[in-house]
Amino acid sequence: MIVEKKTMEQINPFKPEPARIVRTYYLTEDVKFFQVRLVDMDRALSFKYKPGQFAMLSVLGVGEAPFSISSTPSRPGLLEFCIRKAGTVTNALFRLKENSLIGLRGPYGNGFPIEEMKGKDIIIVVGGLGAAPLRSVLLYCLDNRDQFSRVSVLYGARRPAEMIFREEYFALRERGDLECRLTVDRDDTGAWKERIGVVTTLFAYLNKVKPENTYSLVCGPPVMYKFVIKELIKLNIPKNQILMTLERRMKCGIGKCGHCAIDYIYTCLDGPVFTYWNVIHMRELI
Amino acid sequence: MRILKLKKQDLFTFLESISKEPELWAPQKKGDKYIFEKVEDFSKIELQTTRTIIPPKKIMVPPVFNMFNFNESEYYEDFSHITKKILFGIHACDIHGLLTLDKLFVQEYPDPYYLKARKNTLILGLSCWPDEYCFCQSTRTHIIEEGYDLFFTNLERHFLVWIGSSQGDDLVRLVPSLFDENLTDKDIQEYILWQAEKEKAFKTEIDFITMPDLMELKYNTPFWEKVGEACLACGSCSMVCPTCNCYNVTDKTFLGKKPGKRIRYWDSCTLPEYSEVAGGENFREKKSDRLKLWYTHKLQAYVSKYGKPSCVGCGRCLVTCPVGINVKTVAKALEGEVVDAFWNRLSKEVTK
Repeated sequence: MIVEKKTMEQINPFKPEPARIVRTYYLTEDVKFFQVRLVDMDRALSFKYKPGQFAMLSVLGVGEAPFSISSTPSRPGLLEFCIRKAGTVTNALFRLKENSLIGLRGPYGNGFPIEEMKGKDIIIVVGGLGAAPLRSVLLYCLDNRDQFSRVSVLYGARRPAEMIFREEYFALRERGDLECRLTVDRDDTGAWKERIGVVTTLFAYLNKVKPENTYSLVCGPPVMYKFVIKELIKLNIPKNQILMTLERRMKCGIGKCGHCAIDYIYTCLDGPVFTYWNVIHMRELI
Repeated sequence: MRILKLKKQDLFTFLESISKEPELWAPQKKGDKYIFEKVEDFSKIELQTTRTIIPPKKIMVPPVFNMFNFNESEYYEDFSHITKKILFGIHACDIHGLLTLDKLFVQEYPDPYYLKARKNTLILGLSCWPDEYCFCQSTRTHIIEEGYDLFFTNLERHFLVWIGSSQGDDLVRLVPSLFDENLTDKDIQEYILWQAEKEKAFKTEIDFITMPDLMELKYNTPFWEKVGEACLACGSCSMVCPTCNCYNVTDKTFLGKKPGKRIRYWDSCTLPEYSEVAGGENFREKKSDRLKLWYTHKLQAYVSKYGKPSCVGCGRCLVTCPVGINVKTVAKALEGEVVDAFWNRLSKEVTK
């Protein structure tokens, strides 16, 4: 028999809390933005999380899946997600109208090491939907702008319509305290005024990078990592200061269901944020 | 720890008197194999069994159970599958199996379903004798010092009964007259001899000390491709393994109408969709990659975290895998032996 742990036992970590979709709209053809609030107002305001963490969202009767949180903890109350239509849960989420009830539990995962990043230069490299988890840390840095040194964003998408939050980026650039470079693989609108080319071509714009003092955060499709990391290594950014956030199948979010196991770690507990150093020393990470 | 003596003929009297309220579960015969099943008839309890088909993890985490009921707006937890149970006849390897599951399910975010089932189950262990598939001596799980409420060692003339917890002690106190506190020198001698004989009875030996290094060194050998070819990806190895814990979760409704249930059911990392994410990306599409996960997780990764493998030497994978992929054949093959296994026969057939 094992010892009873009374305090922990009262909480069922698998139980989704009721949450309401406050607002939802399309960001691209297959990506939707969701603003969600826990129904219990006290819980909604006390829900503490870190940029880079994720939550499990449930559609009642359909199932549950992990989603990275796109909002910043510096703006409490509402949680935001940008979700691509890809499976059964996301298909069901897309059908839900504003004011619908869903289930939410979390936050889970390690998140970005914000404390270590303070006072440093931040280079955020985004590919496509990688903007979802990185938006959280970008907005966090901008909301606490004096705690960070230079902040740069390099964002590549396939075409202008697939660049999520592009209007938000244009607006953020107006602040003047952020270097923001945008590129698309090809312009099918004829109205694209930014760069055309893959995201690595934006590295040419970075000047006077102080590698020891820089943290680089990367998220994008699997193919992107190899090329982006090559550029970051060229800039001499230490391997443990190159951070990436990874995707895995997850059924629990708390290290029980096994699906996200890699070597001796669970992506849900020890990730989803990993350093490039982790990646070199752990098989199957990317 | 107190050790008492119980007459052979008094065992069922004892079991009967302690299982008035809780259900008694014990190994019973099914065909030529054994299963843990609720006891309806005491004469059906088997005392000299080999491994049961499915380990007792099925009592802590049933193969399928309902986690939540939901209506239009909320999920409500459901613990109705958990009842008070006494589990008699569980072998040392399987108790080690539960202790291994404890580490996973109780750490960080304790799993309330596992915890509640564990708390409601009393463990009454029983000694056993190895057959040709047992290798718990190699995993050092043939001896058990914790994790049971009572442990019965089945000797020639009587049972020696170890009291492992206060709840175990309470059980004994329900019928104290059945137990004898006075062990004679002869009793002790009999136990020592039995123990020594048992140590010599193992026929299968595996070197688990070098296994993590071998796993590392041979991670990219063609061996894994060969085993991957032979693997049927049926998941049986995980179903019968006492330390496999992976599961899936799904919501079930009747014709899409609410209310419904959130169901949790056993999964296996050898199944094709195990590492597949929405959109179709599959991080372990190849069977060899999934088998590597199964084996490195148990024999390498677990060692790096807990200092020992998560294999308890029960031999279930040896008697279950239809194509002979199991801890023994994989370990021996990694050690460089040419093992008589299906994948070898298969490749011979193919290259003929």
